[in-house]
Amino acid sequence: MRFLLTEEQRAFARSLDALLAAADTPSLVRSWSAGDTTAGRALWSRIAEAGVFALAVPEEFEGVGPLPVELGVAFVELGRHAVPGPLVETVLAAALLSGRPEPAGRLLPQLASGKALATVGAPYALDADTADLVLALRDGQVWRAPGARNIRPSLDPARRLATPLPGGELLSPVIPPEAVLWARLATAAQALGVGLALLDRTVAHVGQRVQFGVPTGSFQAVKHRLADARTALEFARPLLFGAALSMTPADVAAAKVAACEAAYATARTALQLHGAIGYTAEYDLSLWLTKARALRTAWGGPAECRAVVLGAPR
Amino acid sequence: MDLTHSPADEAFRAEARAWLASHVPAAPLPSLETEEGFAAHRTWEAELAADRWSVVSWPAEYGGRDAGLMRWLIFEEEYYAARAPGRVSQNGIHLLAPTLFDHGTEEQRSRVLPPMARGEVVWAQAWSEPEAGSDLASLRSRAVRTDGGWCLSGQKTWSSRAAFADRAFGLFRSEPEAPRHQGLIYLMFDLRAPGVTVRPIHRLDGKPAFAELFLDEVFVPDEDVIGEPGEGWRIAMSTAGNERGLTLRSPGRYLAAADRLVELWRERGCPVRVQDRVADAVIGARAYQLFTYAGASRFLQGEPLGPESSMNKVFWSEYDIALHETALDLLGEEGELADTDWAEGYVFSLAGPLYAGANEIQRDIIAERLLGLPKGRR
Ligand SMILES: Cc1cc2nc3c(=O)[nH]c(=O)nc-3n(C[C@H](O)[C@H](O)[C@H](O)COP(=O)(O)OP(=O)(O)OC[C@H]3O[C@@H](n4cnc5c(N)ncnc54)[C@H](O)[C@@H]3O)c2cc1C
Repeated sequence: MRFLLTEEQRAFARSLDALLAAADTPSLVRSWSAGDTTAGRALWSRIAEAGVFALAVPEEFEGVGPLPVELGVAFVELGRHAVPGPLVETVLAAALLSGRPEPAGRLLPQLASGKALATVGAPYALDADTADLVLALRDGQVWRAPGARNIRPSLDPARRLATPLPGGELLSPVIPPEAVLWARLATAAQALGVGLALLDRTVAHVGQRVQFGVPTGSFQAVKHRLADARTALEFARPLLFGAALSMTPADVAAAKVAACEAAYATARTALQLHGAIGYTAEYDLSLWLTKARALRTAWGGPAECRAVVLGAPR
Repeated sequence: MDLTHSPADEAFRAEARAWLASHVPAAPLPSLETEEGFAAHRTWEAELAADRWSVVSWPAEYGGRDAGLMRWLIFEEEYYAARAPGRVSQNGIHLLAPTLFDHGTEEQRSRVLPPMARGEVVWAQAWSEPEAGSDLASLRSRAVRTDGGWCLSGQKTWSSRAAFADRAFGLFRSEPEAPRHQGLIYLMFDLRAPGVTVRPIHRLDGKPAFAELFLDEVFVPDEDVIGEPGEGWRIAMSTAGNERGLTLRSPGRYLAAADRLVELWRERGCPVRVQDRVADAVIGARAYQLFTYAGASRFLQGEPLGPESSMNKVFWSEYDIALHETALDLLGEEGELADTDWAEGYVFSLAGPLYAGANEIQRDIIAERLLGLPKGRR
């Protein structure tokens, strides 16, 4: 029993952090939102080179996984830096196909290497206009859709949602039930990262913003909201890694609830404590604020996950 | 990252489980906040101690098993899962004992700890005063130097279980001219010594769960002073983290409580209206357990508990109330009945955000020491 990340795992987090910090993600997110995915795709390749997508792909298909703990470590960093794109969906696609030598042998190496972005519609497919592989979950089967239509904006401007087109190629006659665990785990980790970034930025802001002659961060009402945010996030973190170790439906669902609720509560706090500047699209905080809300309902909303925790019917 | 216990630790768990299964009283003991219940709990402490289960983490020479932190956590999981009685000795075991391990003399340890482990001497904490609550350093009770010891005068309050306890440990002002945090002395005294008057205070449900202490020239021999006179604040604070941090509330208690809540929810037909809150109780207990394992792992590799303890305190105290409120809501009109475990637990939970350092003070610590926010006006 030693419930701590290893030195290698922490070094992996630090190196991803450095890579993403150097990429100026805020401006890249803005161009992604505006429909120009060039910079985003370039970053995607570097993230793949760092080995992130390979973590979800078995070795036989040119991956290094599956390694859920490392995947959790990586997705916390992706969330902290507000990296856009169908990150979780690419992991899910890998999990959906891993058990089937064909098409896995054909498709997974591309996902692991970052050459292809995958998305999965259930019902909406994130960033289907950019993704190279659009999967649709229909009638208990996994299909490769010939594309998607009816693109709609998300509450998070960096996300676009579309409906996969009918027809296409049948990739798997069953939806492996454990595949959704990977999507949930990655979403929980990403949400935790989003929450941590919101907290850091807000702490920095209230340390500088002066009102009534003192930093707003010296007011107790302000401090206490941030103390609560920190506490909620720090109690979500061990659930995330505990779930990565066990990968049971209840543990993963618990991690999803705790991380997403903590991130969302932190988003509310961050907006309030920034004042009006936080309510603007041009201020970078908005990139994380809107994502916290979107991730909360992606791949199993709070009520659905809580029902899983209790083993209750829905 | 690893959550599996070693075979030796699992063997320890099995041994504890077996012992508890054959010893935990079949019918719950009366509330330990009553005279009758207090006596029954003392007997239980003696039974635990007879087979060295009362203080598993202590060195064997004082009645423990040298079990270490992880096994203590395992023991507590088994203890609460077995629905064993609450611990009447908890203040002594969790607050005074760690202080004596760190700052006491060998003579004090061998005199004080074994009878504490056996429940023969039950200890009360005498820190708070009527004018010194959250602002503990403003305390005014005095210790005046006298032949062979110190002479205590003043008033202490909110002392848990002091109505029935034997001895107390507390902070007194020994140098009236020194700055607030200096000139304090930390010592132990007898609640039945001449000059001590104990007046029980009844909590919300009418039980005498704490007491006021009036001290009029109470003699304390030098051998009962902990550390150096004048150093009381530093000594008391060095172990106060124990109260908020690991030891006062082990995860086992909440894991067991969450299991009972799920049981109750199932018995009541799985009502959907409280489903989310029941799930949150399960999630919270697991989060607290894993947070503790992570903290213990860090502690065992030599890192101090630090201000993380304050997050612990805020988390468990609020969690405990939410869990009990959910249970009472599930019970509906029966939830009003006061003579149930749930009701007793509910009343007890309500005090959590107040004692062991009020939660507002803990949030200040989190904000200033973990987040680095500026100190403001208190
Ligand atoms: C059940 C129970 C058992 C107890 N057992 C013991 C015991 O065994 N031994 C012992 O010594 N004491 C004990 N206490 C006392 C406990 O330690 C005090 O209640 C606690 O320190 C708070 O002090 P107070 O009650 O005087 O409240 P106050 O200090 O008057 O505080 C009242 C409210 O004001 C808030 N407040 C105070 N200062 C600030 C600030 N700077 N910023 C924001 N808010 C503030 C507090 O958070 C609280 O909400 C016990 C209390 C309870 C309820």
